Amino acid sequence: MGYSGLRLIKEALTGHKGWGPQWRDASPQDAYDYVIIGGGGHGLATAYYLAKEFGGARIAVLEKGWIGGGNVGRNTTIIRSNYLLDGNEPFYEFSLKLWENLEQDLNYNAMVSQRGILNLVHSDAQRDAARRRGNAMILNGSDAELLGVDGVRKMYPFLNFDNARFPIKGGLLHRRGGTVRHDAVAWGYARGADRRGVDIIQNCEVTGFRIEEGRVLGVDTSRGYIKARKVGVSVAGSSGRVMAQAGMRLPIESHVLQAFVSEGLKPIIPGVITYGAGHFYCSQSDKGGLVFGGDIDGYNSYAQRGNLPVVEDVISGGMSLIPGLGRARLLRGWGGIMDMSMDGSPFIDKTHIDGLYFNGGWCYGGFKATPAAGYCFAHLLKTDRPHDTAKAYRLDRFMTGNMIDEKGMGAQPNLH
Amino acid sequence: MIINHPLLGPRDAQEFTYLGDATLINRPYWLSENALRDFHDYLHLRDNPAGEHRELWFHEQGDRSWLVVTRNTVTHKISSVELACDVARANGRSTGREEAQVA
Repeated sequence: MGYSGLRLIKEALTGHKGWGPQWRDASPQDAYDYVIIGGGGHGLATAYYLAKEFGGARIAVLEKGWIGGGNVGRNTTIIRSNYLLDGNEPFYEFSLKLWENLEQDLNYNAMVSQRGILNLVHSDAQRDAARRRGNAMILNGSDAELLGVDGVRKMYPFLNFDNARFPIKGGLLHRRGGTVRHDAVAWGYARGADRRGVDIIQNCEVTGFRIEEGRVLGVDTSRGYIKARKVGVSVAGSSGRVMAQAGMRLPIESHVLQAFVSEGLKPIIPGVITYGAGHFYCSQSDKGGLVFGGDIDGYNSYAQRGNLPVVEDVISGGMSLIPGLGRARLLRGWGGIMDMSMDGSPFIDKTHIDGLYFNGGWCYGGFKATPAAGYCFAHLLKTDRPHDTAKAYRLDRFMTGNMIDEKGMGAQPNLH
Repeated sequence: MIINHPLLGPRDAQEFTYLGDATLINRPYWLSENALRDFHDYLHLRDNPAGEHRELWFHEQGDRSWLVVTRNTVTHKISSVELACDVARANGRSTGREEAQVA
């Protein structure tokens, strides 16, 4: 059933009794053409595009818990296309274009709000780097605008402009970036996939792969064996654990990243602000809470909670940028598990096992990539060739020397 | 987290920096036949377990020793702390016989 303003009025007048479930609670069948492991944003988007764009038949999404219960429900909801490197920017620009049309495509209100992202700069060198990145973005069809101090002051007069150590000297404004209602992304893709015949199977944990002569035959799950022609793994945070069942070691460590939200405040921050002197970014949700985050804790972790030193680090960064932040009370903090890859960039690739495909290593940038990661992974599953914008995301790139280290940080996960 | 340093006693984890899996002690032998593959795997691939994890921490703001900390990655509970040099020697490192180890 479709959603429309008319429908809403009708339901409002009849006590909202006509809304049905948005997707079926499917039970696993014996065999599928495509099995996607992981019912998060990426997995559901993959199933959706596979069914819609690539004519895939008999598709199942297997989810250990409930759909959207992992990182798609735990992030800071930012979407953007403001990368520098050729391996990245066309992909993220493709993703942003999909975001821009997502709600019409899904007939679902995902509250995509292109409210603009401002990356602040604090020195001449940072301004040069911002100008270079802005030009790279424009060359790839994205948008960028270099603001001086006055431009920033007009948008955000309450920032700490005259800090003695890190004065604000301007910023790189990416107007098409913004935020999205993250849960609605998972739900919208689930509903869209379900309507195209995809089986979304919850409470179904994959316990092993059946592999013979280098070819995957199916997966063992907590709800029985499921035969599959092709298996796509899209389980960010648990990639190491799942792929270990296929005997693979990955260039990935799992780390915990924390995020925070303040009590609801009156509208003060219209867009997204990122600090250039510390790792801190902040936006304001439609409910009024300031949503912010910073660095990962920095050590391997599968606990969906972090420790206090990073809480202090993030909030002191926030205080040095927005002194007024100290007057707001913190409502909640939480942690999510990130696939931190060795060069800070993701993977969408075939594995050496026939019929087994991998999507992961998104570090803490997986949310904005959801539509394009789903589209490109579906493209790979269907055609066995990488999508044009995702050609660089290979699993063997450390062997071939084609790393994509966006910020030149080095080959160690906790540097990114 | 508190790391119970074998020489200095309990220290706040904030005094340390984190490197990663303790298998990084076992640097491959650079003249072995498969050195390229060995170094690729050594540098980039990880077991990344959920549960017990042996890992290297550096006491940067302390005595600058390297420690091998055994910590549960699900609960963050630390079960043992050793000096990395002791672990390395027990593995036969730093003895001048690395070549023999590989061969």
